Amino acid sequence: MIEINEVSKIFTGRGAPFTALDNVSVTIRENEFFTLLGPSGCGKTTLLRVIAGFIDPTKGTVTLDGQDLVSLPPYKRPVNTVFQSYALFPHMTVAQNIAFGLEMLDKPRAEVKKTVDEMLALVRMTEMADRKTSEISGGQQQRVALARALAPRPKVLLLDEPLSALDFKLRKDMQLELKRLQSETGITFVFVTHDQEEALTMSDRIAVMNAGKIRQIGGPRDIYDHPAERFVADFIGDTNFLDVELLSIAGEQATVRLPSGAEAQVRAPGEGVAPGPVTLAVRPEHASLSGGAGAVLPGTLANVVYFGTDTHYHVDLDGGGRFVLRQQNQPDQAQTRTVGDRVEVTLAPGVGQVLRD
Amino acid sequence: MAKGFDIRRQTGFATVAMACFVILYLPIVLLVVYSFNAGTSVAIWEGFSWRWYQTAWQNEQVQAATIRSLVIASWATVIATSCAVLAALATTRQGTFRGYTFVFAMINQPLMVPEIVTAVALLIFFAMIKVATGYTGLFYLIIAHSAFCIPFAYMPIRARLQGMDLSLEQAAMDLYGTPWRVFRRVTLPQLWPGILAGAMLAFVISLDDVVITEFVKSAGQDTLPTYMLGQLRRVVTPEVNAISTALLAISVVLVIAFFFLSRNKK
Repeated sequence: MIEINEVSKIFTGRGAPFTALDNVSVTIRENEFFTLLGPSGCGKTTLLRVIAGFIDPTKGTVTLDGQDLVSLPPYKRPVNTVFQSYALFPHMTVAQNIAFGLEMLDKPRAEVKKTVDEMLALVRMTEMADRKTSEISGGQQQRVALARALAPRPKVLLLDEPLSALDFKLRKDMQLELKRLQSETGITFVFVTHDQEEALTMSDRIAVMNAGKIRQIGGPRDIYDHPAERFVADFIGDTNFLDVELLSIAGEQATVRLPSGAEAQVRAPGEGVAPGPVTLAVRPEHASLSGGAGAVLPGTLANVVYFGTDTHYHVDLDGGGRFVLRQQNQPDQAQTRTVGDRVEVTLAPGVGQVLRD
Repeated sequence: MAKGFDIRRQTGFATVAMACFVILYLPIVLLVVYSFNAGTSVAIWEGFSWRWYQTAWQNEQVQAATIRSLVIASWATVIATSCAVLAALATTRQGTFRGYTFVFAMINQPLMVPEIVTAVALLIFFAMIKVATGYTGLFYLIIAHSAFCIPFAYMPIRARLQGMDLSLEQAAMDLYGTPWRVFRRVTLPQLWPGILAGAMLAFVISLDDVVITEFVKSAGQDTLPTYMLGQLRRVVTPEVNAISTALLAISVVLVIAFFFLSRNKK
C-alpha cells in the first residue's frame, strides 16, 4: 500500500516557480491497477517520479507499507519503473537487460538465470534472449522493458505512458497483456497515461489529475458515469453540458429543472453542490430519442452522422444549445429520422450527473 | 536567406576553396617530399633516398627525445583524461549548482590564457619547487602537459555525456544500481568513444607542444618538438623533414583509428 500524503512539488528555475503537484494525497492499495490520468503537464508523471525517487517532493510524505520512501535514494526503493522511452541498455542483450536489476541485488548466478528465463517466458521473448535491443521491434522492446522491471519482483511497478509509442493495434494487444501480467504477478501497478480509453479499459481505479491536483478518484465506471466536476466530465469521453437549476438534493439523488421546464431525476455528488444554477452532464449514449419514461427536451434534428458501430444525432434544442446523442446501430436498420424532424430527447430517471462547478 | 541559396554555386567559390587547400596542404606536401631528398638541402631536390630517415632513426638524441615525448604524452594523457572524465561528470550530472559557469571557465582556462603566460608562470612556480626539493625529473613536464591537456580531453567527453540518454542511468538506478555501479555498468560502456577521442586529442596536443615544454624543461629534457626547434637554429637538413613526416604519419594513423573505432560503436 502506497500512501501519498499532502505531497507538493514546486519547480524553481529561471522563470516563475511552477507548481507541478499541489497538496496531493492518495492511497494506492495492494495488488491494484491504479491509473494516473490527465492531460500533459497535469503532474501525473511528476507524481510517478516522486514515488520512484527521481524527484524530491517540496513537501509531504510518501510511504510504502508504512516505510518512508522520500528519504531513500531510488536504488533502495522496492519499486521499478517502465520508462516511456523504455530506456533499454543499448550495449546489452535482451537477457542481460532483464538480468540487470537482479545482478545489482547480488542474487546468486543460478537464481538470476532462472528468473531471467521465467521473465522471458512471461513476456514471450524466449527466442529473442540473445538479441541486441536495437535488433528488436518497438513492441518487443516494450515487453523487454516490462520484464526487466518485473524481474526483481518489486512491490510496485511504475509505468510512465509505456504504450504511447506503439501503433494502435499493438497498443490494444499490450493493454490486455499488461492486465494479464498484473493479475499473474500480483504486483501493484501505477500507470500514467493521458489516454482516457486506456485508463478505462485497464484500471481498477483511476485518479484524474489536472493542474497538479487530483480532481477525482474512482473506478472506471464511477469516473465515466458519475464525473464529479466539469473537467473530469469533459476530459473523459464526450459529454453534453446543460445549464439547469438544482431544485433539491438528497444524498446522491437530485431533482433539477431542465431548460425545457421539465423536472428530471438525476445523480449528484454527495457534497459540494447546493440548490441553484448548476451544470448537468449527460453522456451522448445515455439519452434516448425513442421516448419512454423520463424528462423531455424537445428540439429539431440538425445533423445525423453515421459512424459504423453507432449513429450520432445532433439536436438543436428549443431555447438554444445543441445536444448530441449516440445510438448503437442494428443490422438492416432503416434510417427513420432525417434532418429537420422534430424530436424529443428523453432523459430516463437517473440519467445525468450534476457537476460540482 | 533566399530559397535555393547554395554557397557552392557562388562565383569564385571553387577558386577560394582551392586556394585554401593549397595554402593548407602544399607546405606539408613539400615537407614530406623533401624528407626523401638525397641531398642535404631542404629546398633543392637531388633524388630519392631513405637516408634522412635512417639518420634520424640512428640519432641517439632523436631516440631519447622521442622516448621522452612518448613517456610525457602517455602520462599526461592518462592524468588529463581521468581528470576530464571526473570534471565532465560533475558538470553534466549534478544539475546546475552555484558557480557552475565559474567551474566551467576554470576547466577551460588553458584554452583562453595565452600559452606563454602559463609557460612563464609554470617556469617560476616549478623553479621554486626545484629549489625547495632538489628534484629535477620529468615530473614537472608531465604535470604541465596534464594541465593544458585537460580541456582538450574534457570537450569530447562532456559532449558525449550530454548526448547520452539520461533515462538509461535513471533506469539503472531504479534497478538497484548504486551510483558507482551505474557508472561502471551503464555510463562508462557508453562513454568509451568520448574518452578515446579525448585521450587521443590530449596525446596529440602533448606530443606537439613546444612553448610550455621549452620553458619548463630542465637541461637534457628535450622532447621531439623542442629538439627539432634546437636543430633548426643550427643547420637545417631534411632530417627535420623526416622526423616531421613520421609525426604526421602517427597523427594520421591515430585519426583514422579513431574514425573507425567510433564508427563501429554506432
